[in-house]
Amino acid sequence: MELIWLIPLVPLAGFLLNGLLGKSFSKPVINTIACGSVAVSFLLSLNAFFGLLRLAPESRSVEYILFSWIPSGSFNADVGFLLDPLSAVMILVVSGVGLLIHIYSVGYMAHDEGYSRFFTYLNLFMASMLILVLANNFVLMYVGWEGVGLCSYLLIGFWYEKRSATDAGKKAFIVNRIGDFGFALGIMLLFWTIGSVHFSTVFDLAPQQLAYGGGIVTAATLLLFLGAVGKSAQVPLYVWLPDAMEGPTPVSALIHAATMVTAGVYMVARCNVLYMMAPTTLLVVAIVGMFTAFYAATIGLFQNDIKRVLAYSTISQLGYMFVACGVAAFGAGIFHLMTHAFFKALLFLGAGSVIHAMSGEQDMRRMGGLKSKLPVTYTTMLIATLAISGIPLFSGFFSKDEILWQAFSSPFGSPLLWVVGLLTAGLTAFYMFRLIYLTFFGQRRYDDHVASHLRESPKVMTVPLMILAVLSVIGGYVGLPKALLGGAWFEHFLHPVFAKGAEIGKLAEGAGESHATEYALMLAAVAFVVVMIFTAKRYYLDRAKNSEQFEHGFGGLYKLVYNKYFIDELYDKIIVNPLVKGSNLLWQKFDVLIIDGFFNGAAWLAGQWAISMRKLQTGMVRSYAFVFLGGAIFVIGYLILSR
Amino acid sequence: MVPLEYYLVVAGIIFTIGMIGVIVARNIIIIFMAIELMLNAANLAMIAFSRNLGSMGGHVMVFMIMTVAAAEAAVGLSIIIALFRNRDSANIDEVNLMKW
Repeated sequence: MELIWLIPLVPLAGFLLNGLLGKSFSKPVINTIACGSVAVSFLLSLNAFFGLLRLAPESRSVEYILFSWIPSGSFNADVGFLLDPLSAVMILVVSGVGLLIHIYSVGYMAHDEGYSRFFTYLNLFMASMLILVLANNFVLMYVGWEGVGLCSYLLIGFWYEKRSATDAGKKAFIVNRIGDFGFALGIMLLFWTIGSVHFSTVFDLAPQQLAYGGGIVTAATLLLFLGAVGKSAQVPLYVWLPDAMEGPTPVSALIHAATMVTAGVYMVARCNVLYMMAPTTLLVVAIVGMFTAFYAATIGLFQNDIKRVLAYSTISQLGYMFVACGVAAFGAGIFHLMTHAFFKALLFLGAGSVIHAMSGEQDMRRMGGLKSKLPVTYTTMLIATLAISGIPLFSGFFSKDEILWQAFSSPFGSPLLWVVGLLTAGLTAFYMFRLIYLTFFGQRRYDDHVASHLRESPKVMTVPLMILAVLSVIGGYVGLPKALLGGAWFEHFLHPVFAKGAEIGKLAEGAGESHATEYALMLAAVAFVVVMIFTAKRYYLDRAKNSEQFEHGFGGLYKLVYNKYFIDELYDKIIVNPLVKGSNLLWQKFDVLIIDGFFNGAAWLAGQWAISMRKLQTGMVRSYAFVFLGGAIFVIGYLILSR
Repeated sequence: MVPLEYYLVVAGIIFTIGMIGVIVARNIIIIFMAIELMLNAANLAMIAFSRNLGSMGGHVMVFMIMTVAAAEAAVGLSIIIALFRNRDSANIDEVNLMKW
């Protein structure tokens, strides 16, 4: 456990090695370094996890300070790492899923020219993400936070010859900047009021120094949440995530589904003490989460690009996690974060496998009938789809059910949240099965050229799919709720991290409604989901020929949803265009006329002065001597007369 | 004994002649000689003060100036010869390339 500082440093070493020398390495060397460093991280994470398990539950919080980073008066930030149940879960998910995606990328990127560049960025991402989740203070967390943002930008724009890819990268970076601005302000406010950026100090002192529900703690948590909204793609800053699908598919799986976008959820869970002190913020978090979950799910309904459906699904699922945080069920949020990492990474990798087989085709309208051609991809994606839809016995069921139950029963929850959550679950099942039916079932809709290249992906890609499929099934059983004869082990494991927050919020563990209500709600959710799956089957499998008619049957609603509520256009109109126009105005008027005018004018003045004065240099030596004499007489005269 | 003022007046007259020579003359050789006049006017004033004050400093200074003047004459004359070879003229007003 003393080796936790190595967990982020090993991928960092891989990044340096591949980044500096990658051009001269052969591909096997590059991927050995890249995958090997992440594998070492994963093994170290496992070691740390089991080391943590050996400790008593109360003492499961280990800090390791590598060195003092910014000692400046009362401000102090260390490069220090914190291992507790929350960060242990996060490093396992990040390094585990990351490792599988690294291995998958070996196959997926095999023929790409930027092979070493890709793995260099990927390793830098792993290092940043692990720093983010392991940091023991806000400032180091911010370093990781910005690091993953940078890698996200670099990897979205990985194919930089494509205009749309570089635009998407810029969009992601700029939109995230708004969130990061809030995050930085939140950190500053906390330092200003509490006088520390160290997690344990802040969370110890906050309940004493700040008023419960007071303005400062509310402002600080709202600012931190703004950071989470940007990073985790919640309304209104979600617009970058669908465009981020321009990046290579393993990147979408790793960064924009499994790990980076969940950083916001992790941060909120990490600051649970602060959030529990600010009920107003909790309400905001829950509402933003629920709204995002529902809103993104509706957009996902009728998208035709396979990756975009998954992108909106990710936004929607992240919304669920924030609902959990908003109703003070942080454990449920992290639980869903973990299961989501498994099945969403699997879905993206599966989609990547399909795209790979289809020679780059992403439009589901030109797929169809791939079930027999891509059996492994089909089976694993079906498992992930069942998991995300919340079918019993699959991991997504347990985590989603836990969130819905908490949304209903928690003192911060309400039945209304549950109803919207239920609707969202139904929509999720619908669009996911629409994806499955359009892609794998029905008539083939691709041309012969694509068909001639169509074959199942190589082992290096399918084996990670299978491992993730297994995890998507069994991943939920670690958090089996008491109502289903489980021990809710996952929540117990995380409990020490959230205990203090629960104390502040006066949450009694295990209290609430009887199991009967829980069963009833569970049953209702499952029934609704199954109905929605059959609806999808009816319109996309049984009556596949009329599915377009079915979609267009919604009229204006279909157009609105299909065009993503015209939000991008709206943002362009009210934010981007005025900014561009204003900047142009400032450039052409203020910069060119006033700023440049000032400096050019000063230079012009000096020039004019010089032009008039240079006539003095006549080249006539005798006139110089004469001026000399005049000067000498003047000086001597002055000296004499002034005595 | 001749009073100090006499020496100074003579030195001042010689210096003024030299100075006017530098400004008025066009021939480089004449300017050159006028400069020598000015130097020797200064020498004369030095010696006069030195003798009047009973100090050796002025004498030393004069030796220094004479050495420098000798070196200056060597360099200056060679420049003048080089110039004359190029221009076939010793008129200072024709050497005016270094201007705006």
